[in-house]
Amino acid sequence: MSAHSFAGNTAIVGIGATEFSKNSGRSELRLAVEAVKAAIDDAGIQPSDVSGMVTFSSDTNPDVDIARSLGMGELTFFSRIHYGGGAACGTIQQAALAVEAGVADYVVCYRAFNERSGNRFGAGVQGRPPLANAESAHLATYMPVGLLTPASWVALAAQRYLHMTGATSEDLGTIAVLDRKHAATNPKAWFYEQPITMEEHQASRWIVEPLHLLDCCQETDGAQAIVVTSKERARDLPQRPVIIQAAAQGSGAGQDMMTSYYRDDLLGLPEMSVVARQLWETSGMGPSDMDAAILYDHFTPYVLYQLEELGFCAKGEAKDFIQGGRLEIGGELPMNMHGGQLGEAYLHGMNGIAEAVRQVRGHAVNQVESLENIVVTAGTGVPTSGLVLSTDR
Amino acid sequence: MTQDHSHSLAELVGQSTGPPWVGLDPVNEPMIRHWVEAMGDANPIYVDAGAALEVGLESVIAPPTMLQAWSMVGLTGTLERDSQRGQVKEIEHPNDRMMRLLDEEGFTSVVATNCEQEYLRPLKPGERIAVSSVIETISDVKKTGLGVGRFSTTRSDFYVVDDSFPEDPEGRTNAITSAEHVGTMRFRILKFAPGAQAPTMPPRPRPAITQDNEYFYEGLKAGKLLIQHCTECGTLRHPSLPGCGACGSLEWDTVESAGAGEIYSFVVVHYPQVPSFEYPLPIGLIALDEGTRIVANLDLDVDSIAIGMRVQARIDKLDDELSLPIFISAAS
Ligand SMILES: [Zn+2]
Repeated sequence: MSAHSFAGNTAIVGIGATEFSKNSGRSELRLAVEAVKAAIDDAGIQPSDVSGMVTFSSDTNPDVDIARSLGMGELTFFSRIHYGGGAACGTIQQAALAVEAGVADYVVCYRAFNERSGNRFGAGVQGRPPLANAESAHLATYMPVGLLTPASWVALAAQRYLHMTGATSEDLGTIAVLDRKHAATNPKAWFYEQPITMEEHQASRWIVEPLHLLDCCQETDGAQAIVVTSKERARDLPQRPVIIQAAAQGSGAGQDMMTSYYRDDLLGLPEMSVVARQLWETSGMGPSDMDAAILYDHFTPYVLYQLEELGFCAKGEAKDFIQGGRLEIGGELPMNMHGGQLGEAYLHGMNGIAEAVRQVRGHAVNQVESLENIVVTAGTGVPTSGLVLSTDR
Repeated sequence: MTQDHSHSLAELVGQSTGPPWVGLDPVNEPMIRHWVEAMGDANPIYVDAGAALEVGLESVIAPPTMLQAWSMVGLTGTLERDSQRGQVKEIEHPNDRMMRLLDEEGFTSVVATNCEQEYLRPLKPGERIAVSSVIETISDVKKTGLGVGRFSTTRSDFYVVDDSFPEDPEGRTNAITSAEHVGTMRFRILKFAPGAQAPTMPPRPRPAITQDNEYFYEGLKAGKLLIQHCTECGTLRHPSLPGCGACGSLEWDTVESAGAGEIYSFVVVHYPQVPSFEYPLPIGLIALDEGTRIVANLDLDVDSIAIGMRVQARIDKLDDELSLPIFISAAS
């Protein structure tokens, strides 16, 4: 595979977000507009400079409404990516592709929702109408039996993983405790100053066995936006450029949406392997070159899978890899320094990309020292995406 | 539930079902003999005075389980309150009122569920037994295997009374308070709305049917668990797709699964609780012996479920539109 032409030639130059809450009191569109405006301000550009917009197909906020709200004027590129949180890093890839191709100079990627006070993903899909199309029919397999929520979809794979690898609920708890430890020192995190113990993780109620409440990410109202442009333009802007060293999407063999239960085994996320292969080939780097990681953590088990698929450890060995403080700040591979989606906010992975940007800029609240490269992943259990972001050098 | 009489039913709790009633015959040896013969109880102290004396009793005693027999109204008898009611129609006794209210709630069927008796001392021939009953509890509406309904417990207290016991209802009510208490019985019934499915449980979410997956649900309605089969290369596949991932052929038919397999993975759902299901809700990923996997409900004790457990499909008709495979232990 040849290197992606945008890789190393494009950069993230602005990030902006609303507060992360449980009840924003504002429309989702208003949240989107606030975050996009904040990201444009952070980048030091004007709304009229923006000519491209990318979001998730699950986002309810039309790009044209945001463009009108902020007086952006004409757009030459607009794109949406499917598969829920799997889209997150893919939005950055789409933006970089458009910039590198000369289709748009500045592209804003965004995600906004009232996912706590409005439509809660954790409430289940039982109310969805049984339409005669393939997307509805996919759920036909699961709705009548009561497998209705993302937690249940992940749990059905995770039970097999725990059984086969010997990983335990306490190993899952290690991820939750770590995220909450990092969130506890991040004032923007919902769980600021609220760390948890392993005992609290184990005592938290079952959501879907084998997942406890504290294995599940929170639900959040909020918005995050990110501005992408060329490396050359980035060097003239106020923020320290954050280079898109690699950006990739991946769908694996036997891929399904959250329910890939029919593959050879349930012990991997082949789609993340597809992403990882591209990230390492494109960047010319490998796991050992990463100074930190932001791994998508809607549910704790898939963090273990990702460490294996990205090559940080061998298959089935994540339970050992995560021990001994390896993922803590100061450890070998600091992870989710903002607190992740369990601790900071659930913004479909976009807040994780923003944290990676702050880490590369060097001014995160829980900053990793001498950080040069960081890997970021998007939603797991679905066709997904990933990034390697680096300092300008 | 057609009407909700929760409040009126609550007022009945603690009320007496009528004045004390005195049994037609005193405790007597012929009835005891019939009873022990029918029951096959060979204990001699019920029929042989010598045997009773040997264990320190003054005479034979009645089997304790006959407690209620001494207060019964006989094969064709009726409690006097029924004849009273004929005269004063406005009076409705608490027990009748409870049954009427439960009928009005739609709980028209009845089944006895428990009977507990407590014996304070043995009863001897010649003793007259009176009984006084009170409605002790009426439950909230419960979901049961028989249907939705309410449980009611009536407590009856049994007393030994002598010939001076008054005949008029009011006199009996007063006199019972000083009579000798010899036993208690709690009799529990379920008044319920008959029906296989509890009416408060809404139907399961409907599966979306397309031309690609219709065969599966139609097959289940006909009692068959079908697996898609590529007619080009023979590969089986599930869930349904229009094409074969192994060879790309769009030609297919189906084979019927024998329904045997093992649990490949499983979950137990606790939250959120959707009204169409009962929780904790076990769901399995079953590796069928034919080679495909299927997600299905498990009719298994939650604590018994394990990866590798052998299971067998049973096809349940949930309603007119939907039948689903439910997996049970292959050992059962
Ligand atoms: Zn084939």
